[in-house]
Amino acid sequence: MSPALVRRLVRDRPALAALASLVLIALACLVGPQLTGHPPERIYPDFVRVAPSLAAHPRPDAVRPALTRLAFRMRLTLEDVTQDGDRVRMTLTAPKPIDARSLRLLPRSGLFGEAQVRERSADGRRLVVEAPIRTLHFLLGTDALGRDLLTRCLAAGQVSLLIGLTAALAALLIGVAYGAVSGMAGGTVDALMMRLLDILYALPFVFFVIMLLVFFRAGLWLVLVAVAAVEWLDMARIVRTQTLSLKDRDFIRAASALGAGTGRILVRHIVPNTLGSIIAAATLLVPRVILLESFLSFLGLGVQEPDTSWGVLIAEGARALESAPWMLAAPACFLVVTLVALNRLGDGLGEALDPRLSAAEAR
Amino acid sequence: MIPLILRRIAQSLPTLFLVVAGSFFLIRLAPGGPFDLERPLPPAAMENLRRVYGLDQPLIVQFGRYLLSLLRGDLGPSFTFRDLTVTDLFARGLPVSVTLGGLALVLALGLGLGLGSVAAFDRGGAADRLVGLAASLGLAVPNFVTAPLLQIVFGLGLAWLPVGGWADGAPQNLVLPVLTLALPHAAGIARLTRASLGEVLIQPHIRTQRAMGLSRARIARHALRGALLPVVATLGPLAAGLMTGSVVVETIFGLPGIGRYFVEGALNRDYTLVMGTVILVAVMVIVFNLIADLIAATLDPRVRLSA
Repeated sequence: MSPALVRRLVRDRPALAALASLVLIALACLVGPQLTGHPPERIYPDFVRVAPSLAAHPRPDAVRPALTRLAFRMRLTLEDVTQDGDRVRMTLTAPKPIDARSLRLLPRSGLFGEAQVRERSADGRRLVVEAPIRTLHFLLGTDALGRDLLTRCLAAGQVSLLIGLTAALAALLIGVAYGAVSGMAGGTVDALMMRLLDILYALPFVFFVIMLLVFFRAGLWLVLVAVAAVEWLDMARIVRTQTLSLKDRDFIRAASALGAGTGRILVRHIVPNTLGSIIAAATLLVPRVILLESFLSFLGLGVQEPDTSWGVLIAEGARALESAPWMLAAPACFLVVTLVALNRLGDGLGEALDPRLSAAEAR
Repeated sequence: MIPLILRRIAQSLPTLFLVVAGSFFLIRLAPGGPFDLERPLPPAAMENLRRVYGLDQPLIVQFGRYLLSLLRGDLGPSFTFRDLTVTDLFARGLPVSVTLGGLALVLALGLGLGLGSVAAFDRGGAADRLVGLAASLGLAVPNFVTAPLLQIVFGLGLAWLPVGGWADGAPQNLVLPVLTLALPHAAGIARLTRASLGEVLIQPHIRTQRAMGLSRARIARHALRGALLPVVATLGPLAAGLMTGSVVVETIFGLPGIGRYFVEGALNRDYTLVMGTVILVAVMVIVFNLIADLIAATLDPRVRLSA
C-alpha cells in the first residue's frame, strides 16, 4: 500500500467508519460470547422468548412461579416464600425425609445460587432454605428455547465471518491462479481457459451447490468449499485482464531478459502488481459469500446445529416473527451492518485504487 | 441478425449438454433414491417401481434414454408428484414465476435507472447520498429479511395487503412478493447507473451540450444512452434469475411458482424434476443473455455482436 493510497483512504470518511465498525463487530464476535455471562448453548427454560431489555431477570413476580416449578421437579411442596432483596427464603416440605442433594436443582436452573439449609425439622421432612437470586441480563432477549440472543448472535457471527473470510480467500486463490496463468499463457491456452470460464458462468451454480449440500449432508466445511467453488469466476476475469495489461510492460520484459522463468515472473512480478484490485474485489467478495451462506442456512442447507450462523438465526427469527420479532431483528441487524460496512469498504478501496484518481492527484 | 442468433444458439448447446450431463450424474451419485420411504417398500414393489421408471437399467442407458426424450421435448414424469410430468408442473408454476419475475424486473429497472440518474446528476449532493445509502442497504438486506418485514408491516400491522397466497394473481397479492424480489436488484441497478452515468457526464460531448445550453432532460437522454450499456450487460442473468422464481420468496409468501421445485425435488430425490429445473434455468440464462446482447447492439452500434 502506497502512502498516497492510505491518504486517499483516510480521507474517505465512510470507508473509515465502515472499517471501524467491522473491527468492532469482529472483536465483539471474537470475545463477546465470553463477556455476556451466558454460554451460547445455555438454555433457560424459565426465560423463553424474553423481550430485549436492560432490566435484570428474574423479575420479582417471576421468582415464585420459578420456585414452584423447581419444587415440583424436586418432588417437594413449596410453602411460604419470602423475598429479601436478592435473596429468597422458602420452606420446603415432603411426606418423606428430604435429601439435601435435591437442592442442587436450584443452582442448576441458572436462576438461583448455591442454596443453604437454615433450619431442618427433627424428622427431616421440613427444610427452611435460603438461596441468592442470580441476576441475569438478556440485552437482546432470548429465543424460542430460552437462549440468550446476544450471545447467540455473537457466536453465530464467528461462524459467518469465518466462512466469509475463508471462502473468499479460497475463491481468491483459485481465481488469481487461474486468471494469472490464463493471461500469461495467452494464445490458444488463454482462449480455451476463457471459453471454459464462459461455460462455467452459464451454469446454474447455486443449483449445484444446493444439490451437493442436499445429497452429501450439509455442514460447515462443505458450505465453505461449495461457496468458494462458485465465487472465483469474477476474480479470475479481473486478474486475467490485469495480467494482460502488465505482461508487455518493460519491467516484465526486463525480468524475462534477465532469465526469470514464467513461474517466477508470475509470482514475483505479475501477482504483486495486481494485488490492489484483488484486495478491492476480495473485500466485495466477502459480503457475497456471507450472503450466500446465510441464504443456504436459511433454507436449512447450510450451517447445522449446534453450530449457528446469522442465516440460521434469521431463519429461526422469521419463523417466530409474530411472537418474538426481536429474534429476526437482532441477527438481521448484525448481518446487514456487516454487509453494508464490507461493501462500503470495498468501494472505498476500489475508488482509492482507481488510477485515474491518482493521476488527478499528481497534477 | 438471424444467422447470428442461430450461431449463438448452436454455441450454447455444449454448455447445455454439460449442464444436463453434470446434473444427471451428480444426482445419481447421491445416496438415497426417489422411492426411499420411512418404512421400506417390499422388494418386489421396489423392483416394479424401478422397472417402470427405467431405473433398473445401467446408468449410461438411462442417460441415453433421457437425452432422447429431451430431444422430443419430454422432461419425463415426476417421481414425487404422482401422475404429473415435469412439463405439467412447469406449465402450472411458470406463469406464476414469470408474472412475478417480469413485474419485479420492470420495477427494478424503473427504480434503479431513475434513482441512479438522480444520484449521478446530483453528484456529491444530498440526493446522491440518500440514494447511495438506500442502495447499499438494499444490497445488504437479504430477501429473507425483507419479506417477513414487509409481511409484518403491510400485512399484519397496517393490514393493507394479504400476507401471502396467490389468489389467481390478484394485484394485491402481487405487491409484496414483487417488491421483495425487486428491491435488491433496484439497488444494484441504481449503483451501476450512477457509476456509468457519472463517467459519461464528465465526457467532452456532454460538456459541449451543456455549453450549448441544452436542457437537462435532453442531456440526460443523450447521456443515458451511453450509460445504459453496463446495465444491459447485467440484464441477462438478472432476468433469468427473476423469471425462474425464488425459493425464499415463494416459500415465505406461499406462492405456487417453480422456485420451490428445485429444493423440494432435490430433497425428495425427484431426479427428473431436479433435472428439468436445472435445464430450464440454463435455457433461460442462455436466452436472456442473447436478448441482452441484442439490446446492447441496438443501443451502441460499436458493440459488434461477437461470437
